[in-house]
Amino acid sequence: MEHTPPPLFRTGPTPLARLMIFTLLSIVLLIADARFGYLTVLRQVTAVIIYPLQRLAATPAAVGERISGFFVSYNALKLDNERLTEKNLALAREAQQARALHAENEHLRGLLSARERVAAPAKTAEILYAARDPFSRKVMIDQGLQGGLAPGQPVIDHIGVIGQITRVYPWLSEVTLITDKGHLVPVINLRTGLRAVLAGTGNDSRLELRFIPLAADFQNGDQLVTSGIDGIYPPGLPVAEVTHVERNTAYLFANIICRPLAGVNTHAQVLVLEPVKSLPERPEEVPEKTPRSKRKKS
Amino acid sequence: MSIRPMTPQELLLPVKPAFILFTLVAALLANLLPWSGWFRWLAPDFVALIVLYWCIHEPRKIGFIAAWGLGLLMDIAEGSLFGQHALAYVILAYAGMTLHRRVQRFSLAPQVLHVIPILLFTDLIVLLVRALAGAEFPGYAYFLGGLTGAALWPPLTHLLKLPQRPRPDPDRV
Repeated sequence: MEHTPPPLFRTGPTPLARLMIFTLLSIVLLIADARFGYLTVLRQVTAVIIYPLQRLAATPAAVGERISGFFVSYNALKLDNERLTEKNLALAREAQQARALHAENEHLRGLLSARERVAAPAKTAEILYAARDPFSRKVMIDQGLQGGLAPGQPVIDHIGVIGQITRVYPWLSEVTLITDKGHLVPVINLRTGLRAVLAGTGNDSRLELRFIPLAADFQNGDQLVTSGIDGIYPPGLPVAEVTHVERNTAYLFANIICRPLAGVNTHAQVLVLEPVKSLPERPEEVPEKTPRSKRKKS
Repeated sequence: MSIRPMTPQELLLPVKPAFILFTLVAALLANLLPWSGWFRWLAPDFVALIVLYWCIHEPRKIGFIAAWGLGLLMDIAEGSLFGQHALAYVILAYAGMTLHRRVQRFSLAPQVLHVIPILLFTDLIVLLVRALAGAEFPGYAYFLGGLTGAALWPPLTHLLKLPQRPRPDPDRV
């Protein structure tokens, strides 16, 4: 008869068993998050725990900026002032023209009985830090559920589009930048009026236009602005500038590289806009008679 | 092969749990700092490094639950998939705990040789999880963080052992 010796100390499950338990738990979480998008509540709760640390970690950079801002030389300030005055004059002229154009536009729109475009209300926020995740391009901003933000809202700076809010925590939000690999912006070419879809590449200074036919009219220096057909970005916001057009007849589509206009990873202050929600309901799809095998979309 | 005499083990004071907690929070803070440019790639995962350190030196004081919880916090902070760091840190903790007797017997330089593969393996797990979720390989610079982490091991060991060293006896001449 065999007897196992009595354990001297209670040690609980062996490390290997614990490893298995926690690995399994992690995998369950991963699948629940990646496949089904559950766990919003769990994310919110964990976010509250780590929030003070996030604020604390962003403090040194903010303090450093304030200190370096304090020691600006008189000369730099003077130059800045002159430049801004000049710019102000130029802008004032443009603003006056714009007012006239706006009035004219309103009149014409009234004639066409088109819906008036409402100026979207905006909320300012500050970028706390860029997420370290090397697989995506995201930043955290210091406004969240408490500030009334919701996923899907576009984020811009004073130059153009930065990205879009993808996750909201109680006091923070996660903004996916337009340079993120999985991010698309529907744009329109200002010069020609051609519509296109601008995709991020994961590189901070590169965007690409996808599925543009070889014959399409795109040139270096073309300005791309949002077209507004997605119902998220209001139309007319500057997004990018075409920097490189390559037409190789060996491929179906032209290879068009763009540069983001907004300081995607340099600016601290950003503006969060309300998403445009004036799209008509999507018409119901008529079910096809002939059953087709479902193909996976990649 | 010559058999080198083992390095004599130091007599150290017991570590305070509050100190472990403090180092872990500090590591989380270091990870959350706004790294930019090349530092984004060079900066090691401080939480992984500290968790590994305590798993090797005090495997009874830190456990899988701590590693797992810290992983979840990192996932939130980075906006990555929920559970990817948790999985990586749990495996890291297991590696540290099973190897702790072996690693502790070595001096610092061979210890680094143990730490490098463990940290790189942790990075590899994260990479694998993201690849399964559809992300693309971000380039070999991705593994730089693990190497700098291993390079930080000797100074880190000295630093973290400081509060455990007994005070020099004033009566001894």
